[in-house]
Amino acid sequence: MTVFDIKNFSVFYGPKEAVKSVSLKIKKNKVTAVIGPSGCGKSTFLRSLNRMNDFIPNLTTKGEIFFFKENIQKTNPVDLRRKIGMVFQRPNPFPKSIYKNIIWGPKINGYKCNWDELVETSLQKTGLWDEVKDRLNDSALNLSGGQQQRLCIARAIAMNPDVILMDEPCSALDPAATARIEDLIEELSQNYTILIVTHNMQQAARVSEETAFFYNGQLIEFGATKDLFTKPKEKRTEDYITGRFG
Amino acid sequence: MNFSWRYQKNSLFKLFTLLAALFSLIALTTLLVHILHEGWQYLSPQLLKNFPSRFPHKAGIYPAIMGSLWLMILTFFIAVPLGLLSALYIEEYLPKGKWKSLIMVNIKNLSSMPSIIYGLLGLAIFIHTLGFDHSLLSGALTLSLLILPMIIITATEAIRAVPKSLRMASFALGAEKHQVVFLQVLPAALPGILTGIILSLSRAIGETAPLIVIGAATYISFTPESIMDPFTVIPLQIYSWTSRPQAEFHHLAASAIIVLMILLFSLNLLAVFIRNHFQKYKSRL
Ligand SMILES: Nc1ncnc2c1ncn2[C@@H]1O[C@H](COP(=O)(O)OP(=O)(O)O)[C@@H](O)[C@H]1O
Ligand SMILES: [Mg+2]
Repeated sequence: MTVFDIKNFSVFYGPKEAVKSVSLKIKKNKVTAVIGPSGCGKSTFLRSLNRMNDFIPNLTTKGEIFFFKENIQKTNPVDLRRKIGMVFQRPNPFPKSIYKNIIWGPKINGYKCNWDELVETSLQKTGLWDEVKDRLNDSALNLSGGQQQRLCIARAIAMNPDVILMDEPCSALDPAATARIEDLIEELSQNYTILIVTHNMQQAARVSEETAFFYNGQLIEFGATKDLFTKPKEKRTEDYITGRFG
Repeated sequence: MNFSWRYQKNSLFKLFTLLAALFSLIALTTLLVHILHEGWQYLSPQLLKNFPSRFPHKAGIYPAIMGSLWLMILTFFIAVPLGLLSALYIEEYLPKGKWKSLIMVNIKNLSSMPSIIYGLLGLAIFIHTLGFDHSLLSGALTLSLLILPMIIITATEAIRAVPKSLRMASFALGAEKHQVVFLQVLPAALPGILTGIILSLSRAIGETAPLIVIGAATYISFTPESIMDPFTVIPLQIYSWTSRPQAEFHHLAASAIIVLMILLFSLNLLAVFIRNHFQKYKSRL
């Protein structure tokens, strides 16, 4: 089943074309990695999917993105973002307690449920429960960087989204914390569709089933991760994964 | 040679900063000691309880204290909502550009205008045009005008200091703009905003000139019952006592200054306390 159907989609910062007529389909409950050298438009592309680009002035788009058959340019972005969670490059928990971090999203969206339960299950799914269950009312900012990032994932999960977008979620973390997040992504992929931007090719190879390689705003190659890494079709993909540039 | 000169330059600079700090410290201490020395003998419960009087030993500042408190509360309720909403509008809704810069430059100019100008403005608008008379309301409105720029400036700065990542995280969870502004940005900026409000209020409490211009009374033998009543405030009482020839009244003025200083000091302490209280939510990363 297709979650995102992206058709000839382009993004312009003023006159500069940062994403160039990209077409691809993202499949449900798979981990899709987006790789490519820095500045090639990975983040811009990812932000298009939940319309976080709406906040950037002078940004225009061309083409269409369908989210479960719905043209996202014609849906209310707020509704869209309820169904598409996002995890950022730097952990950005709210300056509130751990508990409030989890329930903030569902609460303002008028969800009705047992908050204690929601907090416990969300934290459990991210492996954070045992580490923080005794200090749910402490400030989330006192957690370590890796814990903060897992809290941000838990916060996204609490909204019960269909998709989780992650923009280099491990780039600010140490190797041990990175390994935990990678394990977590694998577990979550059973229930969620995950798109992860990474400049770390080993990470893409480890966690993803499909990989999209961007270069200079263009989608150069898209396919099963193991094919793309072992027998790339494009010369530029091969050059990139063998470390000849990037 | 080179190194030792650098080292000397360094210690010389340190010495200058120390001297400057000492100078202000000594000046302040002298002033404080002088006032305490002048005023301690009249410092008594009577001073706080009594009405002003022609007889120094019977005179007190009760109406002035009540006037100051009333004025502070009224000013708070007028200036804070106005200032806060203005700051939110400027930072969150007004698009960046020349309009915004023009508005900010003007507000910054307003905040550095001499306070007597605000007195004249208050006289023209609240007394002559709106006919509020020499009342508490006129005083509070005038002082609100006076501190509004300062509240707006400190609040916009506090709001601007809220990291963009907090807004983005909130929007990404499906929040509407007003929810982000009022439930995330405002609470995160609150310590800075509150500090600004308290410091502005303590400025308002110490003001004399604009209140003289709008004709606040200097001698009052009753406490205000409503916002339309005439009033006096501690700084005005001090002003009126210091302009009397008898030395006793100068001592009285000094003791009133001590009361005013304690009030201001408590307000500043409150500001520090609030800042520290919210510090626990600051990141240690
Ligand atoms: N807010 C912005 N305004 C203008 N240009 C931008 C903005 N954000 C990114 N760009 C440009 O768009 C291109 C793609 O950026 P980005 O999507 O961040 O790349 P990546 O995530 O792959 O490093 C870069 O050339 C970058 O300079
Ligand atoms: Mg990026």
